[in-house]
Amino acid sequence: MSTAERTAVTATRTRGLRRILRPRARLWLGTLAAALILFVVAPAALSGYQFGLLAQFLCYAMVAVGIGLAWGQGGMLTLGQGLFFGIGGYAMAMHLQLDDAGPGGVPAFMSLYGSGTVPAWWEPFRDPWITIGTIILLPAALAALLGYAIFARRVRGAYFAILSQALVAAFAILLIGQQASTGGSTGLSNFRGFFGYSLADPLNQRLLFFLAAGTLIGMVLLVRLLMRSRYGELLVATRDQEMRVRFLGYNPALVKTVAFVVSSVFAAVGGALFVPIAGIISPSDVAVVPSIMFVAGVAIGGRATLLGPVLGSLALSWVGAQLQDNYPSVWSYFQGALFVLVLGFLPQGFATLGGVLRRRKGDSR
Amino acid sequence: MTLVLTTIVSGLCVGSLLLLIALGLGLTFGQMGVINNAHGEFIMIGAYTAYLVQRALGDPGSSLLLSLPVAFVTAGLLGVVLEVTLLRRMHRRPLDTLLVTFGVSLVLQQLARDLFGAPSVNVTAPAWLSGDPFVIAGADVPRTWVFLFALSIGCVLGLRIVLGVTPLGRRIRATVQNRDLAETSGISTAATDRMTFFIGSGLAGVAGVGVTLLGAISPTLGTSYIVNAFLVVVAGGIGQLWGSVVAAFGLGILESFIGFSIGQSTAQALVFLVVVVFLQFRPQGLIALRTRSIA
Amino acid sequence: MSLPRTLITGAAGIALLATTLTLSGCTGAKVGAGASGAPSAKSCVDTSGDSIKIGFINSLSGTMAISEKPVQQALYLAEKQINAAGGVLGKTLSVVTSDGASDPNTFAQKADKLLTQDCVAAVFGGWTSASRKAMLPVFERDNGLLFYPVQYEGMESSKNIFYIGATTNQQIVPAMDYLAQQGKKKVFLVGSDYVFPRTANKIIDAYAKAKGIDIVGEEYAPLGSVDFTTIVSKLKASGADAVFNTLNGDSNVAFFKEYTNAGFTAKTVPVLSVSIAEQEVKGIGVQNIEGQLTAWNYYQTIGSPANDAFVSAFQKEYGQDAVVDDPMEDAYSSLFLWKAMVEKAKSFDVKAIQENSDGVSYDAPEGTMTVSGKNHHVTKTARIGVIEPSGLIDTVWQSPSAITPDPYLTGPDYPWAAGLATGASAAPSN
Repeated sequence: MSTAERTAVTATRTRGLRRILRPRARLWLGTLAAALILFVVAPAALSGYQFGLLAQFLCYAMVAVGIGLAWGQGGMLTLGQGLFFGIGGYAMAMHLQLDDAGPGGVPAFMSLYGSGTVPAWWEPFRDPWITIGTIILLPAALAALLGYAIFARRVRGAYFAILSQALVAAFAILLIGQQASTGGSTGLSNFRGFFGYSLADPLNQRLLFFLAAGTLIGMVLLVRLLMRSRYGELLVATRDQEMRVRFLGYNPALVKTVAFVVSSVFAAVGGALFVPIAGIISPSDVAVVPSIMFVAGVAIGGRATLLGPVLGSLALSWVGAQLQDNYPSVWSYFQGALFVLVLGFLPQGFATLGGVLRRRKGDSR
Repeated sequence: MTLVLTTIVSGLCVGSLLLLIALGLGLTFGQMGVINNAHGEFIMIGAYTAYLVQRALGDPGSSLLLSLPVAFVTAGLLGVVLEVTLLRRMHRRPLDTLLVTFGVSLVLQQLARDLFGAPSVNVTAPAWLSGDPFVIAGADVPRTWVFLFALSIGCVLGLRIVLGVTPLGRRIRATVQNRDLAETSGISTAATDRMTFFIGSGLAGVAGVGVTLLGAISPTLGTSYIVNAFLVVVAGGIGQLWGSVVAAFGLGILESFIGFSIGQSTAQALVFLVVVVFLQFRPQGLIALRTRSIA
Repeated sequence: MSLPRTLITGAAGIALLATTLTLSGCTGAKVGAGASGAPSAKSCVDTSGDSIKIGFINSLSGTMAISEKPVQQALYLAEKQINAAGGVLGKTLSVVTSDGASDPNTFAQKADKLLTQDCVAAVFGGWTSASRKAMLPVFERDNGLLFYPVQYEGMESSKNIFYIGATTNQQIVPAMDYLAQQGKKKVFLVGSDYVFPRTANKIIDAYAKAKGIDIVGEEYAPLGSVDFTTIVSKLKASGADAVFNTLNGDSNVAFFKEYTNAGFTAKTVPVLSVSIAEQEVKGIGVQNIEGQLTAWNYYQTIGSPANDAFVSAFQKEYGQDAVVDDPMEDAYSSLFLWKAMVEKAKSFDVKAIQENSDGVSYDAPEGTMTVSGKNHHVTKTARIGVIEPSGLIDTVWQSPSAITPDPYLTGPDYPWAAGLATGASAAPSN
């Protein structure tokens, strides 16, 4: 059998599998497989430390899902997701701090570095519902405001990327400067409870993992739902031919803003869940470089696919954690080389590796 | 009154530094549409070049002057290598250049760390720069700042002449205005791109020599400048040399005023925010190229 | 399906899924339920073999690698010497290293790994306050021991951390005493924007108020900042007669260059720095800071048999030009202090070590260090030094005796500090 024939057979086989399984069936099977891996295999196979690490990476992956939607499907490269991750994270951290301090209490770091009183803008976060509302609504409002203003003025993609980067840089500097009310460069840490549940109990840590895993699966399903809707088609159309969409009578700015808002809320939820899992949020989790690293996983996995961003982000975090300890210098080279090779030569990420190879083989025929 | 003058003078100092680091970026980003995240690392390379030249020559004065052209060529050549091997493949994908060059910057940083070690190194300022400060309008101006100011203005004028008068400059402008038409008229746009990138990266190298007069040289030197540099270019208007000049000095004075009244660390954040808000209202920047395109 | 409906269905789905998951699982302990809310982590340290595992956690990559790599070298020297002399309780030390990557969250992750996966008996390292504060909850939760080798801002004590570096009353307060003694009346404060400078300056403010010293300026630069035009202009306008410098890392280079350019010298307006040790002098360039003052507890030039042995052993290991400084000496000593504690407790058990730590002492290169069981700090001698053209630092003044640690400044010697430590978390109880 010649190479070409073999390729053809493989192609038919995969196409055959796709034909046999209807989209809906594939959806259920995929969800089931993901749930099985995250809820059954992971807890059994991983050590306590690895399990906790994976829980943090799941939170990063939530940001990645959002970036996949905004950038992969919508063409908006945002280098500022750290801002939303940080808003979610800090809102949650403030609530946990106040909760630990008890009714009317003052978090310990404030008495040490501040005036010993709780600033007025902290007070609302004593209430769990206001906190949860803030985590979702504040990023949404901010993203809507920022996004619509920029997209309505037809700002080019590069501008948007640079503006979002400047914004996240300003956010990090402001956080660092307000030692008395945000913990400065140290950030907020040392939380005891999460909505009443003790964070020191491994069982509760496990539940947090499940919460993160469930949320992540839910987000992926939501993106799939969006992309298969009429809106999804519009978003992709806007990415590829904004002018034509406009001439068809749609408002491309609105279409793009919605995707940006959704991705920002995802990032904020990721940040909010990250806090009880990691036990810390500091400016170095939300600054310029982590914001680029969020994008890195998406780019490497495959920005325009459904699962590429999630898998890319998880894989990059995991490999990083393994390499960093033993070969700190190699890890930097590896990261850099990965960026260059993937974006330079495989712009759609590893998700399309198979397709590219098949095409190459076809060409060489 | 003296305080206001001092603020303005120190703002001009900060502005000349901003201009110096943004000038090359304005060329590659503005003229070519390439978002070079490794620009900061080219500055770092310029700084290490100054260090190596001084170590070889010994005399601070002559080595400073010599390192300016050496750094220009070194960083410029590296820029050409980057353009030829990577960026040429990605002309129509400006967002991807941003991420690829970020990868390049990670590699260059680690390379510098492995070559020169993690601890920072230093160059000695020549005696004629470390003497008593000049007194300008009642404010003390350290000699290094006068030098940096002159250096940045010199670079602007040099660039203006190259772009405005020389055949190369004509080719660059033609390529920017209409790449296809330029190609049809017999201009090798690929060669023009290489030269543009050479000059842009070279200017980063010169900026690197300049910053050695202010602080230490470390592998992560570039990261502290890159966001500022981008903002100056964007605020000034992409592809607008004079826009960058006005934006750099404007932001410098703004930062200095906020720094004096509120505090240095808030100043930087507020300047970033001001630029972001400003661009919400005037996304084309201070000075805009009038075009007929709708997008 | 229309967009709003899709979004609402999806969001409701996520919420439902998440809630069901949380409610369906049997949840763990509530805060405050039972004794301390959670079962104390069981130790997995293996004490059966011929060797015992310990962990080193330092930044080998990122911005802090400059300072933390040498600290790890000092730790390895101590490990080598202890093993050559027969180990601890007859067991050889076997080291597991981790890279903190200059990032607080990574420090916390890696500390957890060292304690629960590698099962080390004790961990040595950390540098920035952010890294320590990030690791603190991990050590308390996993019930491990951290030996922290760097001077810091005080106002903290945990039963799971031993603070081998100076607290404020062993470094900052004596440094201010020295400036006051020299007749300085107008002090300008400059620091990087993070917890150590801010807390140190809060203490200095209180001190100055009580002793009639004017604080004529208090300025912070973002970490890593190289733009000091504004700050030095303000310094010039303030008429200060001394500068108290808590800048970190490379910002020092930029600050001192600008300071020199503006016409200041060590003779006219001296700068007293608390974050510049021998290692940093190399990076800043000695020509920029020759003649300036520093405050530490140890300098390489200290003449004592213990120090001579330490310096020559270090240089034999890492080259004749190798330089040692205060945090390295603290790191080196911390391993010996742990050894002494283990030998006194006759056990590697965390609880046994905590209970036996009080009064354990070690003849360190800087002088005898004695552990206080009350706050887990050690006694230290304060030393003011002047930076020599060789890059080394000579002692010009030292406290008459070793100073007892007082992290919260609540002792009778510091009446002016009353109220600074309100709300500080409770001191450890053994």
